[in-house]
Amino acid sequence: MASRILKSILSSSVGGFIGLLLALPSQADPLQDQQKFRQHYQQLFPKLTLSDYADGVYAIDPIARQSWQAIEEFPPYDEAIEQGEALFNAPFKNGRRYADCFPNQGIAIAHEYPKWNRDKGEVITLEKAINDCRADNQEAPLPYEKDDIARLLAYLAFTSRGKPITITIPADDPRALAAYQQGKDFYYQRRGQLNFACATCHVQNAGRQLRSEILSPSLGHTSHWPVYRLKWGEMGTLHRRFKECLEQIKAPPIPAQSPEFRNLEYFLSFMGNGIPTNGPSTRK
Amino acid sequence: MPVNRREFLKKSVSLGAYSMALASGLVKSGPASAEWIAEQFAQGKLEETLKTLFKDAKITESDKIEIQIPQIAENGAVVPITVTSHLDGVDTISILVEKNPVPLAARFDLSPELEPFVSARLKMAETSDVIVIAQAGDKLYSARETVKVTIGGCGG
Amino acid sequence: MSSIRIRAKRIDGKTQIRTLITHPMEHGRNIDKSTNQPIPAHFIQELSVKHNGKVIANCAIGGGVSKDPYFAFMLKGGEPGDKITISWVDNLGQQDSEEHIIK
Repeated sequence: MASRILKSILSSSVGGFIGLLLALPSQADPLQDQQKFRQHYQQLFPKLTLSDYADGVYAIDPIARQSWQAIEEFPPYDEAIEQGEALFNAPFKNGRRYADCFPNQGIAIAHEYPKWNRDKGEVITLEKAINDCRADNQEAPLPYEKDDIARLLAYLAFTSRGKPITITIPADDPRALAAYQQGKDFYYQRRGQLNFACATCHVQNAGRQLRSEILSPSLGHTSHWPVYRLKWGEMGTLHRRFKECLEQIKAPPIPAQSPEFRNLEYFLSFMGNGIPTNGPSTRK
Repeated sequence: MPVNRREFLKKSVSLGAYSMALASGLVKSGPASAEWIAEQFAQGKLEETLKTLFKDAKITESDKIEIQIPQIAENGAVVPITVTSHLDGVDTISILVEKNPVPLAARFDLSPELEPFVSARLKMAETSDVIVIAQAGDKLYSARETVKVTIGGCGG
Repeated sequence: MSSIRIRAKRIDGKTQIRTLITHPMEHGRNIDKSTNQPIPAHFIQELSVKHNGKVIANCAIGGGVSKDPYFAFMLKGGEPGDKITISWVDNLGQQDSEEHIIK
């Protein structure tokens, strides 16, 4: 009873979700979370449809959009897609291939990641699945932030382009829900010297300017990876960007593909279910 | 490595590149060709570069040179520009960034088989005017656009 | 794999030739943060475009052009089967060349 009252108080105020982590146990309800998440952005950006969020900040910043579209005419990730395809098709030393590890030979499956893995009892991102495949075939793991992993992802993402983000939280495995909840908690937890939560910038202040930047909405944050970031001058993965965000709010570093980041990605992707993926992409 | 030896090597490498290019038919010899001339790509002020390129020739502002470039550069490392000239007989298009240490970004020598049109992506060190000079025979025309280059916030 | 990627697009009887090149385009004034040493200049200086073997564009390029440079040109006309050749030479004497047949 108390929790229901509290929930209605929380959801009635605009900043209701923001930065308030209560000690009250709450039953995670991802679909309700998703609905509220979207309603918030719907109010902020009434003209946007769900698919628009695939373009991220370019859906709400028309000047930046122009620049982005000019670059998309012949995007700098073009080569990464080709290289990724070659890497993906090259057999391991034992003669087996990546295609053997994935459903549908790895083609058009990227939009279904991250997935809950019952056997391992953890969230598996596409990057982790690639390295698990390598481990199963006695190959050394690839570093998670750039270079070959980003090229492989560029190819796999490209084969999924246009397909809707399709994340499942199996109802019959409470550990999956717990992982989702951990990701959600991480998202709303304030951290670092600047004491920001992800939500501080990307929910509360989405569309507002932080110095010269327009802050992107978190809805669709996972739709367009990997990314050729102009700042990096090369391809990078989502977790590379997560790490950078932590640096920028002066929070202690967390490694790429750590459980925290994988659960965060699980939460964020689920919020974006239905948004057409358009990786790989270019960002500033 | 002493500076003058490095400079010497740099010059001979670029000469080597030039003669290789000449031999392979890459570069037209002669005044109209856009061969790589170190003085044109020297560090300095815009005025000095313009003098090196065009001596004291008169440059007339023209509204017939169309520059498509974002008003605000998302990232100064990659600023897309498209130049279309509606003047007759344009055979060379030069693109300069006023506040860059080296103002000349590129010179395009275009044969009549090509439209006076070129796209490129520029580096911009800071908020600056981007100047396009179109050459039609002996006549020089210019246009400019201001591009704001911002220091990013959390994404920067 | 070639450093030069070429795409041709027919627009209103003309052909837009677009190229994306993999090249560091270092102007020589950047400092490598890990070593505190300047990163040596390494950038494309000359770029040429040929149409069926004939040079139609000669370009002089500096380090002020972006990394992984992109260029686009507009050919008057252009027929399927036409050959476009793009070549570059950089300040270290390295070079590359690539052909593309217009579809």
